[in-house]
Amino acid sequence: MSWAEFLPVIFMGLMGLAMFLYVVLDGFDLGVGMLLHRADDDQKDMMIASIGPFWDANETWLVLGVGILLIAFPKAHGVVMTALYLPIALMLIGIILRGVAFDFRVKAQDVHKPRWNFIFFAGSTITALAQGWMLGRFITGFAEGLDFDLFAAAIALALPCAYVLMGATWLVLKTEGDLQQRAAHWGRLALIPVIIGMALISIATPWVSHTVAERWFTLPAFIGLLPIPFATLACFVALWWTLDGQRALGSLCWLPFVLTVGVFMMGGLGLAYSLYPYVVMDRITIWQAASSTASLNLILAGCAITVPTILAYTFFAHRVFWGKATALRYG
Amino acid sequence: MELDPVLLARMQFAANVTFHILFPTISISLGWMLLFMRWRWLKTGERPWLTAYRFWTKVFALTFALGVVSGITMSFQFGTNWPGFMEKVGNIAGPLLGFEVLTAFFLEATFLGVMLFGHGRVSERVHMIATFLVAFGTTMSAFWILVLNSWMQTPVGYEIIDGEFHVRSWMEIIFNPSFPYRFAHMLLASFLTMAFLVAGVSAWQVWRGKANPSTPRALRAALTLAAILIPVQIVVGDMHGLNTLHHQPQKIAAIEGVWETEKGAPLLLFAIPNEEERRNDYAVGIPKLASMILTHEWDGELKGLNEFEAHPPVKPLFFGFRIMVAIGGLMLLVSWLGCWMLRRTGWQPDRAPRWLIASIAAMTFSGWIATVSGWYVTEIGRQPWIVHGLIRTADVASSTPAPHIALTLAGYLVTYVLLIAAYISVLRYMAEKPSDSYDPAPSGGAIVPGATQLANKENAA
Ligand code: HDD
Ligand code: HEM
Ligand code: HEM
Repeated sequence: MSWAEFLPVIFMGLMGLAMFLYVVLDGFDLGVGMLLHRADDDQKDMMIASIGPFWDANETWLVLGVGILLIAFPKAHGVVMTALYLPIALMLIGIILRGVAFDFRVKAQDVHKPRWNFIFFAGSTITALAQGWMLGRFITGFAEGLDFDLFAAAIALALPCAYVLMGATWLVLKTEGDLQQRAAHWGRLALIPVIIGMALISIATPWVSHTVAERWFTLPAFIGLLPIPFATLACFVALWWTLDGQRALGSLCWLPFVLTVGVFMMGGLGLAYSLYPYVVMDRITIWQAASSTASLNLILAGCAITVPTILAYTFFAHRVFWGKATALRYG
Repeated sequence: MELDPVLLARMQFAANVTFHILFPTISISLGWMLLFMRWRWLKTGERPWLTAYRFWTKVFALTFALGVVSGITMSFQFGTNWPGFMEKVGNIAGPLLGFEVLTAFFLEATFLGVMLFGHGRVSERVHMIATFLVAFGTTMSAFWILVLNSWMQTPVGYEIIDGEFHVRSWMEIIFNPSFPYRFAHMLLASFLTMAFLVAGVSAWQVWRGKANPSTPRALRAALTLAAILIPVQIVVGDMHGLNTLHHQPQKIAAIEGVWETEKGAPLLLFAIPNEEERRNDYAVGIPKLASMILTHEWDGELKGLNEFEAHPPVKPLFFGFRIMVAIGGLMLLVSWLGCWMLRRTGWQPDRAPRWLIASIAAMTFSGWIATVSGWYVTEIGRQPWIVHGLIRTADVASSTPAPHIALTLAGYLVTYVLLIAAYISVLRYMAEKPSDSYDPAPSGGAIVPGATQLANKENAA
C-alpha cells in the first residue's frame, strides 16, 4: 500500500478514535442527564457537578469526529449528512437544550429550576435516541425497508441504555454515600437492556448486511475475531458482579466505569472491523471519498502535533478535578 | 404554495449562523475582559474587581454554553445544507475547519472547566493561564473561521482540477485579500459588542437602584474601551469597504444603491431601492460624497449594478449597511458623551443625569444589531455565489425535500427564540440580584489576592 493509499486508512482510524472518545466521554454526560429525574434535588446538583467541568470539552470530540469526516472524506460527508438529515436536526436540538439547561438551571430564578432540570433530562434523552437511530441507519448503509427501520429503532433504544450504564458507573466513580449506592443500582438496571441490545446488534448486523456476514463468518477470520465477543462477555459478567451490593462502593469504585469503557471499546472494534474499508457501507470506500493527498498530509501533520497536546491537557483538566465531585462554585 | 428547497436551506443556514454569532461575539472579547478584571484585582487588591469578575464569569459561562451548542449545529450545517460545497472545496475548507477544531475548540472547551470551577484547586498563576488560554482559544477560532469566510469572498491561491479545488498556496489562502480587514473589523465588533453589554448592564443596575461597589468600575472600564475602539472601527470599516470595492464591486454598488455607472455619485442617506424598475425611490443624498469616500475624488466613477450580469439583492444590503453604520454613529455619540459626563462626576454614575444612564442602558444589545447587520451585508452581498465568482449557492444545495427543511427550520426557530428570551431575562435577573448572592463576603478577615484559594477550600470543606 502506497502512502497515498495508506493515508485514508489512518484517517479512518482517527475518525474512529474521535467518535469512540465522544461516545465514552459524552456518553457519561448524557447518561447522567437521563438519570437526573430519578434523583432528589441535592443529588441532582451533585450529579451535575460531577460532569460540570468536562461536558463542554467532551462534546468537542463530536465536532472533531464530524470534522474528520468532512476534512478527510468530503465526498462521503454530504451523503451521510443528507441521509441523516432529520435525526441530525433532532440531535442538534437535543444537544442545544441539554447544553444550555446546564447553565440556566443554576442561574435562573429558583422557581424555574425544575423546568430547566426537565429540559436537561429531555435534551439528553433526545440526543441519545437520535444518535442511536443514526448509528442503526449508518451500520446498514442507509438501506431502505421496514426491517432496516426496525433494526435502527432497536439500536435507538439500546444506545441510550448504554449511555445510562456509562453515566451510572461514572457516578459510582465520582460520588459517595446514598447517591453512589443508587447509581450502582441504576447501573445494574441498565445492564440488562444493554446486553440484549448488543446481542441483537451482533446477530442482526450480519443478517441485514451480507458484507458483514462474510467478514465475520469465514475462517480463519472467525477464530481470530473470537476474542472480541469473549472480552465483551467477560466485561459484562464482571460488571454484573461489581455493581451488585457494596462491592463497587469502596476502593473498587473505578472498576465498573473501566469495564463499561471496555464494553464500548469492544463494540467499537467490532464495528470498525465490519465497516472497513467503507465510509458508507457497501457504497463508498474510504479511498473513493478521500480528499487530496496534499490536504491529508497537512492535516495529519497538524493532528500529530495537536492530538497528543489535546490529550495531555484533557488529562490535566481531569487531574484538577480528580477524586469525588464536590459542589461547584464559580471562582 | 411550492416551497423552494434552496431558499429554505439558505434561510435555515442564516437562522442558525445568526443565532450562533450572537454568542461568540460576546465570548471572544469577554474572555479578555475577565482577564483584565482579574488582573486589576490581583494588582490593586480592591474587592469590587473580584465581585465584577465573579458576576461577569457567570455571564461568560452562560454565553459560552450557548455559543458552543449553536456552534455544534453550525459544524453540521455545511454538510446538511450544502453537501456539494465540501465536495468541491473540501480540500481547502476542510483543513481550515479542522485546524479550528484542533487549535481552538479543544483549547477553549477544556480550559473553560478549569477557568470556571478550578479556582482554589489550582494555583493563582495556573488559573490565570487557564483564563488566558480560554480567551486565546476563542480568538483563534475567530481567526480560522474568518479565514474560510474571507476566502469564500475573495478566493485566491487555488487551482481547479476536474471541477475540484486544490490548494496552490496556503499562505495566499490564509492571508487572502479581504481577510486582514474582516478579521480586524470582526474583532473590533466583538469588543464593542461586549463593551456596550458590560456598560449597558451596569447602567441598568444604576437605573434600577441595584448598583453594587463593582458597578462603577465595570461601567468605567467598558465605556472607556468603547470610546477608544469605536473611532478605530469606523476607520477600519471604511478601509474594509474600499477593499471590497476592489474585489466585489457589485456588493458596494448595492450598498450604495448605484444602478447606473456614475461619476460623482451621491451618498444616499435614505432611499427605497426598487429592483423592478432598477432605480431608487424617495432618495435623499449628499451630492458626490459616495464617490469621494470610495474613490477619494469628487468625480470618481462608481460602477453601477446594471453592468453586472449577476448582482446580489439590493434592499437587504442597502438597509443592512445603513443600520450598521447608524449604530456605529450612535456608539460614538453615547460612548464619548458618556465618558465625558461621567468623568465630571468622578465616575459616580448615581450622580450622572438619569437620561445619560438610560441611554447607556438602551445600548446594551446595540452591538448585536450592528454585527448581525454587518454579516448580512457581507453574506447576502456575495449572492448568488457561495464562493465568489466561482460556485453558485444553488449548485451545491442538498437534495433534501423542502418539507424536511421547513420542519427542522421551524424547530430551530422556536428553540432559538425561546433561548434568546431566556438569555436576556436571566441576564436581567442576575444583574438585579444583590452582589453577595454570587460573591459571598468572606467570613472573618478580608479577602486578599492569593488568599481566595484558602477561602475556597474552607468553603468547599
Ligand atoms: C468570529 C467568530 C466566529 C464565527 C464567525 C463563527 N464562530 Fe463558531 N464559535 C466561535 C467563533 C465564531 C467561538 C468564539 O470560538 C465559539 C463561541 C463560544 C464558544 O464556545 O466558542 C464558537 C463555537 C463553535 C463551535 C463549538 C466549539 C466547542 O465545542 O468549543 C463550533 C463547532 C463552531 N463554533 C462552528 C462554527 C461554524 C461552522 C461557523 C461558520 C459558519 C462558525 N462557528 C462561525
Ligand atoms: C457569523 C456570522 C455570520 C452570519 C450572521 C452569516 C449570515 C449569513 C446569511 C444571512 C446567509 C444567507 C445569505 C442569503 O442566502 O441570501 C449566509 C450564507 C452563507 N454563509 Fe454566512 N454568516 C456568517 C458567517 C459565516 C461564516 C464564518 C461562514 C463560513 C466560513 C459562512 C458561510 C456561509 C455559507 C456557506 C452560506 C451559504 C450560502 C447562502 O446561504 O446563500 N457564513 N450567511
Ligand atoms: C460606522 C462605520 C462602519 C463602516 C464604514 C463599516 C463598514 C463595513 C463594510 C463595508 C462591511 C462589508 C464588508 C464586505 O462584505 O466585504 C462591513 C461588515 C461588517 N461590519 Fe461594519 N462598518 C462600520 C461599523 C460597524 C460596527 C459598529 C460594527 C459592530 C459593532 C460592525 C460590524 C460588522 C460586521 C460583524 C461585519 C461582517 C463581517 C465583515 O465582513 O467584516 N461594523 N462593515
